[in-house]
Amino acid sequence: MLERFNVVNRLEEDPALLLTRLDTALNLARANSVWYLLLGLACCSIELMQTGGPRADLDRFGSLFRATPRQSDLLIVAGTVTYKMAPRLRRLYDQMADPKYVIAMGSCANCGGLFNLSYSVVKGVDLILPVDVYLPGCPPRPEALTEALIKIQEKIKKEKYLLKKD
Amino acid sequence: MKTSELIAKIKEKLDKDALEITETPFDDILIEINKDEIISVMETLKNDPELKFDSLLNQLGVDHKERFSVIYNLFSFSLDRKITVKAYLDRENPEISSIESVFRGINWFERETFDLLGIMFTGHSNLQRLLLPADWEGYPLRKDYAFPDQYHGIDNRARSNFK
Repeated sequence: MLERFNVVNRLEEDPALLLTRLDTALNLARANSVWYLLLGLACCSIELMQTGGPRADLDRFGSLFRATPRQSDLLIVAGTVTYKMAPRLRRLYDQMADPKYVIAMGSCANCGGLFNLSYSVVKGVDLILPVDVYLPGCPPRPEALTEALIKIQEKIKKEKYLLKKD
Repeated sequence: MKTSELIAKIKEKLDKDALEITETPFDDILIEINKDEIISVMETLKNDPELKFDSLLNQLGVDHKERFSVIYNLFSFSLDRKITVKAYLDRENPEISSIESVFRGINWFERETFDLLGIMFTGHSNLQRLLLPADWEGYPLRKDYAFPDQYHGIDNRARSNFK
């Protein structure tokens, strides 16, 4: 467990000493406090609420909802995005502070899903904002959404941003 | 009250305004009217003490290709009966008086019909699109509607993984 995160145990030399890399420590902290924006567009949001509820309990991964984009790290696009909603969704994404992540939850957010042949539905949310994890399902089960969150956490843990730019 | 009796009563109350009254399945009655008389017909149906069709259940529009029609579904609690009122409109200039002065709750129904079929309701207090963005072009539920290829630069063509 400790080796996995480049943590070196020096507890025998000094009971208060643990050595690791700074970005590893930061990433561990960030990955275990991914707060998502409280936003639901259609029926997938019911499943999103279930995931946040006590049975699936997204909170045990340090993830909980915030009602403002300013304090959110993760945007879960839960549902059908219509052209009327698209500029509003884009604005919410722009209001989030970097670094920010996006999960396209469900078939509608992935590619338009059931409404692929309609005139007023965006054919995939990746046409209007960048997506990190595509989560299939109509709607995905809470376990699947938990898995998507873990994928985001793995992505965060791999990030290296304390490097000098050449 | 039997359906035939109710039809006779409506015929008597509406006089010439009703072009045709027919019985339709499930004890429903279809009243076809001239579109210019819509407000007086609605007032009679709603306020007449023997009819009292004072509950507006639904309003919708239909595209018949060569013409449009607007349909109103009314319900009377005192008679426990429902009726359907239908008026035909021109294809080129679909226009009918708003019945907001009779039923205030019609407001959003008429906005939706305007939004999706382009039927103009004269005298409506706020005739704007209800469901689609305000700058949308065309009326999607018309038979001759062509789907836009893009909207503000967002590709609107259907995506397929099965190439």
